[in-house]
Amino acid sequence: MATAHETTTSPEDFKKHLGKYYVVFVALLCLTLITVGVSYLRLNRPLAITVALVIACVKAGMVAGVFMHLISERKVIYAVLILTVAFFFLVLLLPMFTIVDGSSV
Amino acid sequence: MAEASIHPADALIPHTVEPHPVTGIPNGKFGIWLFLASEVMLFGALFSSYVVIRTTAPHWPPEAALSSDILNVPLATVNTAVLITSSITMVLSWASLKMQNVPRFRLWLGATIALAFVFLVIKYFEYNHKFEQGHFPSHDNFYAVYFTLTGLHGVHVVGGIIVNTFLLTVGSRMWVTEPERFTNRVENAGLYWHFVDLVWIFLFPSLYLL
Repeated sequence: MATAHETTTSPEDFKKHLGKYYVVFVALLCLTLITVGVSYLRLNRPLAITVALVIACVKAGMVAGVFMHLISERKVIYAVLILTVAFFFLVLLLPMFTIVDGSSV
Repeated sequence: MAEASIHPADALIPHTVEPHPVTGIPNGKFGIWLFLASEVMLFGALFSSYVVIRTTAPHWPPEAALSSDILNVPLATVNTAVLITSSITMVLSWASLKMQNVPRFRLWLGATIALAFVFLVIKYFEYNHKFEQGHFPSHDNFYAVYFTLTGLHGVHVVGGIIVNTFLLTVGSRMWVTEPERFTNRVENAGLYWHFVDLVWIFLFPSLYLL
């Protein structure tokens, strides 16, 4: 598979790998329409939030994995991203404790 | 007293093309990933604030049953499609350089910039409609969150336009002298642009549909 940091792949070989970009593009458009379609079903709020965020995560995974070449990236990038995701959830969840214990925001 | 002189070759940034022996990737690419990590924290902090404001509000949005009742979902859906399309044109511009096809690179990167402008024009119409109704960021928490998050995202779109325009015009001279380095630059600009798309993928349902 042609990766982002390969410099030895010939232009002809590289051409063979373009198909995956088009597949992801169509999938992203379809998932966008599904997200909008589901919103018109007027599901109860927790279910609607879950469905919308799951679809958004799938779309984000496709963009990061294929367009940003994370599927075939070096370990150092994964290390940076794991640390980032950990701190992201920390930032996201810490304020939640102020809600749970009843403190005013 | 003799001053220490630095030879120009010693002042060059190392590992712009060949991978750094420790990271296994060129320095520029490692740098852009670290920058994106800081961007995740910036948007993460704002998103966290949004969650707190929303979950503590008695009703969200304050003046309607659903966000989709007061925001223009069809326009935002079109904008989502525009950004997704700009993501594939961006990756195709980088792929064109990998295939030594400079005219195609110019075509795809030009399309990426054009689509970014389309996104901003649609956003302008959305904002303008809200302002005409007297809905400014100070109106209530919903509009404060909406304008802050979409505004910051819009600033990032403008940043992408500036970088991509540079690469399409004067920056592309590097292709003649250092083609691999230029290709890496386009790849790094692409990583940033895909991140801008990625942020919108979460903003769209969170703000418009839920």
